[in-house]
Amino acid sequence: MEAEREGGEVLLSVEHLSVSFTRYGRGWKQKKLMAVRDLNLEVKAGELVAVVGSSGSGKSLLAHGIMGLLPYNASREGKVMYRNQALTQERLKKLRGNEMVLVPQSVSYLDPLMKVGEQVRKGFRDPQSRKKCREVLARYGLGEEAGKLYPFELSGGMVRRILISTAVQEQPRLVIADEPTPGLHMEAAVRVMGHFQEIAKEGAGVLVITHDLDLALKVADRIVVFYAGTNLEEAAAGDFRDESRLRHPYTKALYRAMPQNGFCPVPGSQPYGDDLPKGCVFWPRCELAEGRCQKPVPYSRFRGGMVRCWKAAEGVCEKTGSQGRR
Amino acid sequence: MRIGRQRNRRFAALCLAVGAVAALALITVAGGLWGERALETDFSMKNLPPSFRYPFGTDWMGRDLFVRTVAGLSLSIRIGVLTAAASAAIAFVLGLTASLGKGADTVVSCLTDLVMGIPHMLLLILVSFAVGKGFWGVVAGISLTHWASLARLLRAEALQLKESQYVKVARKLGKSPVYVAVKHMTPHLIPQLLVGTVLLFPHAVLHEASITFLGFGLSPEQPAIGIILSEGMKYLVMGKWWLALFPGALLALAVILFQAIASAASSMVDPGQAHS
Amino acid sequence: MGLEARNLSFQYDNGNRKILNNVSMYLDGKDRLGLMAPSGFGKTTFCKILAGYEKPDSGKVLVDGKPIASFRGYCPVQMIWQHPELSVNPRLKMKETIKEGRRVERRVLEGLGIETSWLNRYPGELSGGELQRFCIARALGEGTRFLLADEASAMLDLITQSQIWNFLLEEVKMRGIGLLVVSHSEPLVARVCNRKMNLEKNLS
Repeated sequence: MEAEREGGEVLLSVEHLSVSFTRYGRGWKQKKLMAVRDLNLEVKAGELVAVVGSSGSGKSLLAHGIMGLLPYNASREGKVMYRNQALTQERLKKLRGNEMVLVPQSVSYLDPLMKVGEQVRKGFRDPQSRKKCREVLARYGLGEEAGKLYPFELSGGMVRRILISTAVQEQPRLVIADEPTPGLHMEAAVRVMGHFQEIAKEGAGVLVITHDLDLALKVADRIVVFYAGTNLEEAAAGDFRDESRLRHPYTKALYRAMPQNGFCPVPGSQPYGDDLPKGCVFWPRCELAEGRCQKPVPYSRFRGGMVRCWKAAEGVCEKTGSQGRR
Repeated sequence: MRIGRQRNRRFAALCLAVGAVAALALITVAGGLWGERALETDFSMKNLPPSFRYPFGTDWMGRDLFVRTVAGLSLSIRIGVLTAAASAAIAFVLGLTASLGKGADTVVSCLTDLVMGIPHMLLLILVSFAVGKGFWGVVAGISLTHWASLARLLRAEALQLKESQYVKVARKLGKSPVYVAVKHMTPHLIPQLLVGTVLLFPHAVLHEASITFLGFGLSPEQPAIGIILSEGMKYLVMGKWWLALFPGALLALAVILFQAIASAASSMVDPGQAHS
Repeated sequence: MGLEARNLSFQYDNGNRKILNNVSMYLDGKDRLGLMAPSGFGKTTFCKILAGYEKPDSGKVLVDGKPIASFRGYCPVQMIWQHPELSVNPRLKMKETIKEGRRVERRVLEGLGIETSWLNRYPGELSGGELQRFCIARALGEGTRFLLADEASAMLDLITQSQIWNFLLEEVKMRGIGLLVVSHSEPLVARVCNRKMNLEKNLS
């Protein structure tokens, strides 16, 4: 399994992606906010990668940044490649909706005045589309009658499944899901995530962006830890079973803060917007911080994963591992 | 790769608003100073088309139409501003009052329906006549009749805010309805109020013109824009197009300037308006 | 003496499904009660009734034996909502919002990690986690006897969640505030609560 995944074709590769947008403060002052900065990630065919970050970390602009669906006041920089070719706006236009699809965040992305079945079929009425639509709905446990409902008549879990159905109707190679389980209870959320896992098993690459680490750990192959607009670590999901296998001090802090692993927080809060610290975004809260942490830190390969930390890359964090602060 | 560029729209709006205020102030002051000149008649110079000396031409009594228009607009702006502000203030107080409780809301609703039920002109004439016509008659008449639709709008907004989570939380924290109205609702109603005031302005000016035309408002020799326009209408069929065109255009311009001020103001007072 | 719910039933005007059916609960100042149920089982409605935001169709909510509706002014049962951004007025600075709580102590602000510079900001300039800290501080004013946390940390990251709960646990223990924790996260309830209740079992 592991070897197979290693061999999967790299579908999406994102290097040094930055998304910034301007907004107004009070009066006429404009502020430029860096929502995402220097983000790197890769999605291979057949794997599920989860980007995990809390609200306010800028992750919601990530999906839209990759898909080229940014609002007019945002701009993006960096390199986004799909199957080894740069994703230009023209190419995005061609691929979006069939080869690569976005599963959006909420029901507001559905047309409230159109029956959902028709939306899954994208308006086509020919028998073949109808058949395909029925199949897709059936696959997600929705009967034909579900297709005859209007969006407001759906429950939260059904909305998710409809949104996924709409996305996979064309059998895409790459699926990007933006926060696919908001407001769902654990059971339904796990089921929805299971659908993404299935899509990945069938050979597509799946990138799920979520705030729920527990959930991501249940289904993802790799976890990209997102904090204050950038990724600090990339780890195999299995690494989260043991604190000493994690790399970055922030990830370790995250681990220790879980209710089942000590419930022990580090002080401070996530910086964002215009008062991001220089260098490593975590240094003001990091007990290992030193002078060089305030200068840009490279994102480097370490122990099978990636980490953006000088000390971790030198193996220093290994020792502080599980003894931590209890 | 770079997608999207922005410029500072708000700053542009602010510049526009400052320009608009300056232009309106200039007209108001100039018109006030030219009050006497606007009444000068010269029958040797009557019905002249626009020229270098008389940019807007002259009317049937040989009065300089440019001077008259500016003076008229000045008077209209003063009346318009005063009455629109007074109406808006009444609407604002009533709208907030409606949020205080069921009884208060009933009173406000009835009052609003009552004023909206009576034809505008009738009530306007009644009030203006009772106050004694003239400048203050017009001001009182328009102020007391134009608040109703804005009050209804603000009431609806206030009642909606009353249902918001943060207002409910504040009530559970022991805050009184008056506190909620002042602290929570006022900041939300201000943009509506600004826009409402501006929309009232042309109404007020036009009603000032009509009531004056009917003889219950300003005295006919006063250079109000409404009087100029209604006089100009009579001469329009005789090919004296300048009598109505220039005063009309200037009135429209004044209204547009007001609009610019309002939209700039409402975008500034909103702290979190991110994109527009 | 504590917070008591007696045979509560509730149904929304438009729906035909009963949301709460004959639910009873008792909470005293030493209790930290965890409430778990899948979504759609009326957890939020239950909290709203307990805090006096909604009236039940039948049944009673009593605080020290007195009906909740009889408390005019500051309500001894305060609720923390899931979405902090809806619980604060977007046009008020945070220092105005925090003033609404009744004499919130500086200790509480510090304990929740609220930085002084945040007080001069508008809600749009703060993250969900930061706003939730304010909402909790505001609910911890003088006179709060029972605190209902309705998925209060569901939208927050794990570190913020544990910061907030660690403080909250100490605070309620010290002041003898009864705590009702509504959450879908089993590990969280296991960590925070000393008693559990399942709303599902109350439904017929």
